[in-house]
Amino acid sequence: MNANVFSPAVLIASVYVFALAAFLGYQVISRVPPLLHTPLMSATNAISGISLIGSLVLAGSKGYPLPAHILGFVAVTTATINVVGGFGITDRMLKMFKNRAAAAKKEEAK
Amino acid sequence: MNFATYSPSMYFMEATYLIASILFILSLKMMSHPDTARRGMFLAEGGMFAAVVGTLIGGHIISWTWIIAGLSLGSIIGAWMAVSVPMTAMPQRTALSHAFGALAAALVGIGEFLVNINELGPVKRGALGFEIILGALTTTGSLIAAGKLQGIVPGRPIQFKGQNIVNLATAAAMAGCFFYFWFNPEASAVFYSMLGIAFLFGVMLVIPIGSADMPVVMSLLNSYAGLAAAATGFVLGNNVLIIAGTLDGFSGFILSVLMCKAMNRSITNVLFGGFGSVIAEETHSAGGVMREISLDDAAMQLAFASRVIFVPGYGLATAQAQHAVRELADMLEERGVTVKYAIHPVAGRMPGHMNVLLAEANVPYSALYEMEQINPEFPSTDVAVVIGANDVVNPDARDNPKSLIAGMPILEVDRARSVIVLKRGQGRGFSGLENPLFFKSCTSMLYGDAKSSLTHLAQAVQHV
Repeated sequence: MNANVFSPAVLIASVYVFALAAFLGYQVISRVPPLLHTPLMSATNAISGISLIGSLVLAGSKGYPLPAHILGFVAVTTATINVVGGFGITDRMLKMFKNRAAAAKKEEAK
Repeated sequence: MNFATYSPSMYFMEATYLIASILFILSLKMMSHPDTARRGMFLAEGGMFAAVVGTLIGGHIISWTWIIAGLSLGSIIGAWMAVSVPMTAMPQRTALSHAFGALAAALVGIGEFLVNINELGPVKRGALGFEIILGALTTTGSLIAAGKLQGIVPGRPIQFKGQNIVNLATAAAMAGCFFYFWFNPEASAVFYSMLGIAFLFGVMLVIPIGSADMPVVMSLLNSYAGLAAAATGFVLGNNVLIIAGTLDGFSGFILSVLMCKAMNRSITNVLFGGFGSVIAEETHSAGGVMREISLDDAAMQLAFASRVIFVPGYGLATAQAQHAVRELADMLEERGVTVKYAIHPVAGRMPGHMNVLLAEANVPYSALYEMEQINPEFPSTDVAVVIGANDVVNPDARDNPKSLIAGMPILEVDRARSVIVLKRGQGRGFSGLENPLFFKSCTSMLYGDAKSSLTHLAQAVQHV
């Protein structure tokens, strides 16, 4: 993480990662049926909260000035809201999707 | 990267990142079926947890106060938001969540600028610029979108003369700051101007878009938030950020393309947000008389039908009538009526929103049919019941090439033997267009609040 200037090899590797992730993402996501598009959106939203790990470094790293720690604190907070809220709501939605048998069973239990 | 300085804890951290990336991809793969989707989400949560633990162990963390405070505060607010939000308010909550995630990316970018801007090479400076711009405009854009969906900000398009010129000038100023900063990293005034303009630009991007277009805006903002995270990955040289951000970016992009197709809008129109969208004059006005139907007659029609298709629209959601429609459907099924639900891809306020609302009311997902599947079935359907949907069943889209929504794929409700439209009054839909379906001889109108109409229909069916 100390290398702040990309060596050409690392830059090329990052571009590979980006391109492969884009291709894989396209393949995987285009198979999600419209039925699940809202949970998909809130799930990927939660995953985009991965900015959290950049925020953690900013909030707690060695030798950073206080303003950076404070920015990091706010970033940790907002990213955590994104992650916890996003996964929480996605799970709440997915719990409701039932096939016929399960839907009938739940009605009986009521 | 200098591997000679890699400590065991850093290898551990990189290993957790690799595991997290794999888990994210697997979890999205499992989202392709409702039976596995929930397990998939547990994998993604595990991946996120692994990445956080890896960072805390391998990321040279020395001060824990800020981290613990942030994690606890964020968890409390996030958990509260997840449990407290009703399903109808899901779109604005997701928009708010986009705003928080994008803000985090922008703040990490500012932090990176404060801490080691002088050591960043040109490629990373470029990535930092993208991170700041995308993060900032997504933050304010999402806030405006959430405000519009919640009704705090007026939902109608807010447009003024010369808006396109002002917007283009703002974009040009933002790009100018970006390039100046790229070559002069020490110019902090320019950096903060870029940040400020990007915040402003987010507002200007979403303000001119009407609520009816919010599904596209939502998925576009989702895409931007992901790309901001991916740019952060380039700045920090962190692969899990690149992978997770790219997955999110692409998911949003794919969904926006699908939404555009469903509304027959050009993708360029959407990529530039509200740019160039004009309120066109209505070219066709249907005329005639709307025939009202009494509750008992409607119940009679339904009870003696053999095939019924419900077409839910946002009117159903606002009336919170998803439970009432299921009760009516149950009643009909007991009498041997085949009941199906037809879901238009842009019904609701975000992609697939209607499916979630019906799932909340325990409608089994096997009873929900997509537009392509259900359209051929309308001609053999006895009664189509349209509940608070206007534009997605407007035959003008198919028949009248001059119509504003010409070419938009619709649910071909007008081909059913008879149509009952549940509607509050004679007003027009979201798009402001008159709907000739309502004047057809096979169509009858049942006015009133969708929830009470459906409840009364169910009672009436029981007594038939």
